[in-house]
Amino acid sequence: MTLPHRDAPWVFRTYSGHTSARASNELYRANLAKGQTGLSVAFDLPTQTGYDSDHALARGEVGKVGVPICHIEDMQALFESIPLGRMNTSMTINATAAWLLSLYVATAERQGVDPRQLSGTTQNDIIKEYLSRGTYAFPPEPSMRLISDMIAYSVDAMPKWNPINICSYHLQEAGATTVQEIAYAMANAIAVLDAVRARPDVPASALSRVVGRISFFLNAGIRFVEEMCKCRAMAELWDEITRDRYGVADARERRFRYGVQVNSLGLTESQPENNIIRIVLEALGVTLSRNARCRALQLPAWNEALGLPRRWDQQWSLRIQQILAYETDLLEYADLFDGSPVVAERVTELKRAAREELERVLAMGGAVAAVENAYMKRRLVESQTARLRAIEHGEIQVVGLNCFTESEPSALTEGAHSILRVDEFAERDQIERLRAFRAKRGEADVQAALQGLRDAIANGANVMPASIRAAHAGVTTGEWAGVFRTLYGEYRAPTGVAVSAAPAADHTLAELRKTVKQLGDQLGRPPKILVGKPGLDGHSNGAEQIAVRARDVGMEVVYEGIRLTPEEIVQSARDEGVHVIGLSILSGSHGVLVMDVLEGLRRAGLERVPVVVGGIIPDDDAAKLAEAGVKRVYTPKDFDLNRIFGEIASLVSEAAAA
Amino acid sequence: MNLLDDRRPGRREAALGLLATLERAAAAQTNAGAARIGITGAPGAGKSTLLDALVRRLRARGQTVGIVAVDPSSRVSGGALLGDRARVRSGARDRGVFFRSMAARERLGGLADATWPSMAVLSAVFDVVFVETVGVGQSEAEVTELVDTLLFVAQPGAGDVLQFMKAGILEHPDVFAVNKADVGAAAERTAGELAAGLSLGAQADADWRPPVLLVSARDGRGIDELADALAAHRAHLVASGELAERRRRARTAYVSDTLERRYGSFGVERIGGREALRARADAGHGAGFETALAIGREIEAALGKPA
Repeated sequence: MTLPHRDAPWVFRTYSGHTSARASNELYRANLAKGQTGLSVAFDLPTQTGYDSDHALARGEVGKVGVPICHIEDMQALFESIPLGRMNTSMTINATAAWLLSLYVATAERQGVDPRQLSGTTQNDIIKEYLSRGTYAFPPEPSMRLISDMIAYSVDAMPKWNPINICSYHLQEAGATTVQEIAYAMANAIAVLDAVRARPDVPASALSRVVGRISFFLNAGIRFVEEMCKCRAMAELWDEITRDRYGVADARERRFRYGVQVNSLGLTESQPENNIIRIVLEALGVTLSRNARCRALQLPAWNEALGLPRRWDQQWSLRIQQILAYETDLLEYADLFDGSPVVAERVTELKRAAREELERVLAMGGAVAAVENAYMKRRLVESQTARLRAIEHGEIQVVGLNCFTESEPSALTEGAHSILRVDEFAERDQIERLRAFRAKRGEADVQAALQGLRDAIANGANVMPASIRAAHAGVTTGEWAGVFRTLYGEYRAPTGVAVSAAPAADHTLAELRKTVKQLGDQLGRPPKILVGKPGLDGHSNGAEQIAVRARDVGMEVVYEGIRLTPEEIVQSARDEGVHVIGLSILSGSHGVLVMDVLEGLRRAGLERVPVVVGGIIPDDDAAKLAEAGVKRVYTPKDFDLNRIFGEIASLVSEAAAA
Repeated sequence: MNLLDDRRPGRREAALGLLATLERAAAAQTNAGAARIGITGAPGAGKSTLLDALVRRLRARGQTVGIVAVDPSSRVSGGALLGDRARVRSGARDRGVFFRSMAARERLGGLADATWPSMAVLSAVFDVVFVETVGVGQSEAEVTELVDTLLFVAQPGAGDVLQFMKAGILEHPDVFAVNKADVGAAAERTAGELAAGLSLGAQADADWRPPVLLVSARDGRGIDELADALAAHRAHLVASGELAERRRRARTAYVSDTLERRYGSFGVERIGGREALRARADAGHGAGFETALAIGREIEAALGKPA
């Protein structure tokens, strides 16, 4: 059935931001000029975790994976000459979402725009931060309060804003099966809605509108038929849950609205040109079915596994969306799959299995409880372990990685400039701007605004109005988050690695265990490895997989978790008497952080302990690290964990014999 | 610490030599050295986070802290994931706190071979030494042999009196802490069950009534009281003379256990069997490790190995 009018396309976005507010603003305006229809702001890790650019933990991270925003003038610079009243802005921000939204509102007010006109989305799903992404700051309880404050505030004050974007995206990155992805996303949404429903300041009459503003953020993997079925299953489940659990009568408020970033995890470093094909197919999974089509789409760049994409790389991905929406006939038809028995059967089965898993989580007290008791995390670590093993064994085929690996030299990666380099002075410049801003602002206003925030928290009032006042007064990101840190402390989420089960041994694993056992005899005790993530990058999936495999080959593993300073890593190495140190860094700040660790080890007299590094590390950086003393550098193309541990065992043996 | 954990023959002798030296130094001192405290409880009871809160409080009181955390080893691979360091963050960037993780290896209980000697070495340096280990039942019995004070961490809804008694966890601990008191009624109920259970059974130490405290690592309630209760138990041990008794028992247990593991029952038979071994280890008061070295040499001679 053709439609009387061609459908309007989804919103085209590109997840971007780097170096500084000014540089990112230029990028945004260039992208909009090319036909992008919405913005998707990437913030740097200090901003995401609530630290100012000059904080000790921010070292090496400023402007790396996103834009640094410390105060209102940064936010104003970010949206210079971009009329916020007509823009649709998505902000990937979670722990400090209430603050960044306050800065956005204050910026709009200074542009003369009524907040009621603002449309866009704050990601704001803290549960998946504990499970996967790692950029949380506060414990679950105050975090949930911040989220429900934002929802209660925006439902009236910003009725076109999506105050939360429940993320199944990161669950898939963390290894979730399709069923787990559906079930845990629904559990997260229920945790949020239950918290909002319990608030005295949200009348029952407003709940239906609240439900109508809940949006989702999905992943789309390469199995695009299943992904299409997943989207349909989620749309149906959401309709049923909002009707039955929250009594939403209006079918429009029950509509499953979601944005997508297609899968970055499956993009390969080897034969990276193939990624563009993967991105196209993944985009089909979330656009083909009209009844479950995404509202906004972000496509990664083909070279993301190599480093930061350049403007041209992002443009290529934007063109995919435009060709799909404008050149093809996709938007001329009604749903292509209604009535298909094959699709219906798969959707029904996904729904059934997801409901079963959802009930299990609800029975243990819901998503927050299942974070605190590490249930969901453990299930994700197990799925991820199984997935990686399947790739190692060739049961999952990845072209160019574990099959069809013979290749001509890639014409796309010739030359040293196939990725973007962040200006090395970005951090210094940002800190200078921050200090100049602090020097000129009205200190009395700042202190009064911070006191107002503390009072609001103490009185149980909504923190949004006080935060918006603080934004205008010149409070910084670190100061705002500092108020919450002082009150609630830092939080460490359970890692889930300690409880994941060991796999059955295959031949290589058995051989490796023998090697490790002999190494233990040589050392006088089993080899002990320290696995840690220096810096603010919270993507702990890789480090966790390494930790689990290290145990499975027979090593004793001190798994330190995320957000460590180089100093802490050196202290652990000394106190724990480890034989080797494995560092994982995905944020691109490997240069500074690894050098600091090596220097610290030298000062502590531990320079003989071998250090290996894993992460997204371009070749010439790897060469620099090797020169500085790093024994091995592993990148996403090194998928064979047993081979990695064979090498690590040799390194330890050599170091012990030396 | 690395030396204490080294199984190579020469290193083992050196480790025992180090311990013997420490023992002589300790015997020359009048005070009893560090407080040695064991922490046990079921997985998920929140031992690590509670320990973290406790360490913060002790540091605020000016005390230095050494921690040994023991995790089980995989039966299959022999490897182990030692994850508690990530949760006890109070020691980061503080040289007044030392944290060492260790794997239980082939031992089934909650301890590793190197646990007791490590604790002995840390006792020479820090004011308070903790041993943290997972487990309910068996490991309490084992840990209690090594420490001065045993703290049991329970979580709300952990069970009724009968289950606590069945698990055999009521006999050994000197202090009980019901964690997650912030959840309210369920914590009160568990504390009540524990107190009721304690009033039924007989305690090893008739003069000490183990307190049951409601604590919350999350909001900090009861942590001060817990630190006070641990100090009070220590004062009780010193005053009653029980401390010296416990230390002697711990050393005897370690020495005979080490020799038994090393030479097996066959070796132990050479010097008159298990009871004789225990008696001799016990008699070497103030010189337990020299005794151990001597007995070891004797067994090796009897087995026909070069001493």
